[in-house]
Amino acid sequence: MSVTAAAGDSALQVNGGAYEAVIGIECHVELKTETKMFCGCRNVFGSEPNTNVCPVCLGYPGALPVPNRLAIEAIVKAGLAFGAEIPPFSKFDRKNYFYPDMPKNYQISQYDTPFTRGGVVSFWLPDGTQRQIRLTRIHLEEDTGKSIHAGSTDGRLGGSTHSLVDFNRAGVPLMECVSEPDIRSAVEAVAYLEALKRTFVALGVSDVKMEEGSLRCDANVSIRPTGASELGTKTEIKNMNSFRSVQRAIGNEISRQAEALSRGERIVQETRGWDEVAETTIVQRSKEEAHDYRYFPDPDLVPIEFAARDIARLRDELVTLPQPRLERLILHDRVSVVQAHQLIDTPGLADYYEETVALSEAPQATLNFVLGELSRLANETATAVASSALTPKALAEIVDLTSRGAINSKTAKDIIARVWSEGGSPAEIVEREGLGQVSDPAAVDGFVREVIAAQAESVENFRNGKETVLKFLIGQVMKTSRGKADPKLAEERLRALIAGSDP
Amino acid sequence: MSDILDLGAREIARAVVAKKTSALEIAEDALARAHARDGAVGAYLTIVDDVAREQARRVDAALAKGANLPLAGVPVAIKDNMCLSGTRTTAASKILGNWVASYTATAVQRLLDAGAIPVGKANLDEFAMGSSCENSALGVTRNPWDLSRVPGGSSGGSAAAVASGTAAFALGSDTGGSIREPAAFCGVVGFKPTYGRVSRYGLIAFASSLDQIGPIAKSVEDCALVYEIIAGADPADATTVERPVERTLDAMRDDLKGLRVGIVREFDLAKLEPEVRAVYEQAYRDLERLGAELVEVALPTADYGVATYYLIAPAECSSNLARFDGMRYGLRVEGVDVGATYEATRAAGFGDEVKRRILIGTYALSSGYYDAYYVRAQKARTLIAADFNTAFEWCDVIACPAASSPAFEFNAKSDPVSMYLMDYYTIPMSLAGLPSLSVPCGYVTPSGSAKPLPLGLELTTPLFAERALLGVAYAYERGTRHAEKHCPPALEAVR
Ligand SMILES: [Zn+2]
Repeated sequence: MSVTAAAGDSALQVNGGAYEAVIGIECHVELKTETKMFCGCRNVFGSEPNTNVCPVCLGYPGALPVPNRLAIEAIVKAGLAFGAEIPPFSKFDRKNYFYPDMPKNYQISQYDTPFTRGGVVSFWLPDGTQRQIRLTRIHLEEDTGKSIHAGSTDGRLGGSTHSLVDFNRAGVPLMECVSEPDIRSAVEAVAYLEALKRTFVALGVSDVKMEEGSLRCDANVSIRPTGASELGTKTEIKNMNSFRSVQRAIGNEISRQAEALSRGERIVQETRGWDEVAETTIVQRSKEEAHDYRYFPDPDLVPIEFAARDIARLRDELVTLPQPRLERLILHDRVSVVQAHQLIDTPGLADYYEETVALSEAPQATLNFVLGELSRLANETATAVASSALTPKALAEIVDLTSRGAINSKTAKDIIARVWSEGGSPAEIVEREGLGQVSDPAAVDGFVREVIAAQAESVENFRNGKETVLKFLIGQVMKTSRGKADPKLAEERLRALIAGSDP
Repeated sequence: MSDILDLGAREIARAVVAKKTSALEIAEDALARAHARDGAVGAYLTIVDDVAREQARRVDAALAKGANLPLAGVPVAIKDNMCLSGTRTTAASKILGNWVASYTATAVQRLLDAGAIPVGKANLDEFAMGSSCENSALGVTRNPWDLSRVPGGSSGGSAAAVASGTAAFALGSDTGGSIREPAAFCGVVGFKPTYGRVSRYGLIAFASSLDQIGPIAKSVEDCALVYEIIAGADPADATTVERPVERTLDAMRDDLKGLRVGIVREFDLAKLEPEVRAVYEQAYRDLERLGAELVEVALPTADYGVATYYLIAPAECSSNLARFDGMRYGLRVEGVDVGATYEATRAAGFGDEVKRRILIGTYALSSGYYDAYYVRAQKARTLIAADFNTAFEWCDVIACPAASSPAFEFNAKSDPVSMYLMDYYTIPMSLAGLPSLSVPCGYVTPSGSAKPLPLGLELTTPLFAERALLGVAYAYERGTRHAEKHCPPALEAVR
């Protein structure tokens, strides 16, 4: 989660009256299954066009769909993760409309019997407030192919000479998650999507990558006087290709509606597309052009019934979910909202942190190492913390050595860097190579005297009141001791010995 | 050539397995016969010479290695709405153009695996929509009993191929009677198994909840033999049932003692022409003579069958046929943009009856009409199935006419509704998903004609009671021997 400031969410005013935004989000999430929803083709992103296809997903005459059980289980788990109800009876329906990237000219979807109903998505806003957004439903459908418009300068349909279709995506399982209109700002909309993403990634059901199209979303946006119970006229916003564009597009649309109402205009129910470059929404379709999809139960597929024990089994298979972990970190461990999200949103990091804490019993020191030195190394070496050679046990040893004062922080960093790539036990390395912090005043005095003798000019300057020179001298003591001297003690002894010695 | 090809499927396979002949010899004979005879009848849209020879060689090689193939060397006609890899598959529609199937339907593959030799792809009403084969956009099929008459439909080519002796048996598909009616018109046995028994994978869909593949053959035993091979769950068709396929060939019985045969009160024979009525009355008496007890049963909702069917089947077909759009395969007629291309392609590619049903179905599914038409039709379908359940508390098998008349002349049913009513006796069973077959039960000779025309008796049992159904049909067939009394004049001329 990119916990950013609540930009653009200042209180809404229309002609001096307080208004609020009412936002509902529909998002499509591609499931990360081995195979497609209704055939055995591979479900992978980035293959050569039209290589992961077969008679079924190309809609060839006579081909029939067979549902992917694992996809159905994945959506049930997704629902259970948000406390949704799993109705005992579900079926697939056909949504009929013509489009070249839809091989059968109908999409297998779910109309009135979604796999999950209800549920709540909980999350924190960057300012630390907690929010809960109700889910209406999550249903399962098949993805369409992808049209590529050729012959135009910008890859769009307008001006193109012909279109090409890649059916690799056709038939990929797609969850449609529909929220209630509980979202009140653009920042909340993004936080809601990030909460969905966090949960789906933890469940392993999807990669949720907007840039690869495995998460796509539309927003229904309206505004009304704060506290009113009736909804204002809504517009549907499409073409939002990143979390950033979701925030910009919704914020922009709220302002547009507020300005329109301020001018005494009416909001027209329509579909508007977000133009990334122009930073504005543009009318795509008015309500009058709405489709009649002629939904009816797909006669090629039999209804799906869940026994209570099937649902109990899937509930048992749920991994530790991010939201309860966040709650534990923030409310129990007193980790800040920002840091807690950093831990949870980096794959494996929260596990690593919790395992280390269980061994070290020093949460704050562990957190500092994990989000500091370890995250820096992870970035530098492009290796996840959890897959480095530095195990939670090794980090716990370092935390322990540091908090006992057995090594100083510089040594700790050096050892972390070594163990990160080479592995091994930090305690043994310290022991074997004599890297333990020197805290014996007599031994430190030895190093200090060496430095005083060698750095006469600096010592003189210090005596003459140039306090800043002390830092340099401490550095010299550390260098002479090969980093082992206790820096605090070094400072103490430097002051004492310089004061007690003759110029 | 009056020879082994005139035997049944079972005898041909036995002769091939016993090395009295080879699959390749039979394939050559069957192909020669099809090329010689089919000009008059027109059962085939494509004769698949190369595929037949290649398969025959494979079969002979397998036999040489000791394989046990129950249909070794048996020539089969395949309705041209089923995919056979590498062959043109048309559904008798212009919209598929010269589409060559890239895969093989499960039922067809099971026949190939059992050693059958495909002779050709048989004609049908376009997308299996019709009861006379007249709706084929690609060819005319004539009834071998009287070339001025239709073979029935939609599996008219399949039935005509068997009746004219160019295939030992055929695969047909039945949505509302499309196996049973042409079998009756052509004097052969046509069997529609329970919905879900035979995989529909590779069958070009008309109405998915009704379509079912089944055999058309010269005898009940051959139907049983083929049924045992093609039936059974298929992982590629989610609507097939996971239920063991019982043996049927050992259920053949000599009489009908102890059997209760239901005669449907609502199917009043008085509505039929007197000569036709006489044949059916005799058929019922024959059932009694063979030991059955006739009981009257009621199907009070059966009269709603045709209306119900003509909402559900078009609704499903309006969606099933949406994929034929000129984008990926088949006919493409260019328009100025994609919408115009869709319209031009579908306007040129589909025939009138197909368009009529797409329109009816689109209307029935439209918002505002869905509840009044589609939902009510589904409720009626449930009631019709319930009526059968009640009837089967009083009887073991239901007997009735397969059609209200023998084969009619070309262009005799120009009004679509009169054509729809041809399926009056077969549609209720389809809506209920029941196993049902037509077996020859006698002949009528229309006035002014010297040519006898066959009629079929329709027998129906409860869901999954194929074993009982085939056993009863066998006893009736053996006890009456109608098929042996006449043979199609088209065949006599050749002989
Ligand atoms: Zn596929």
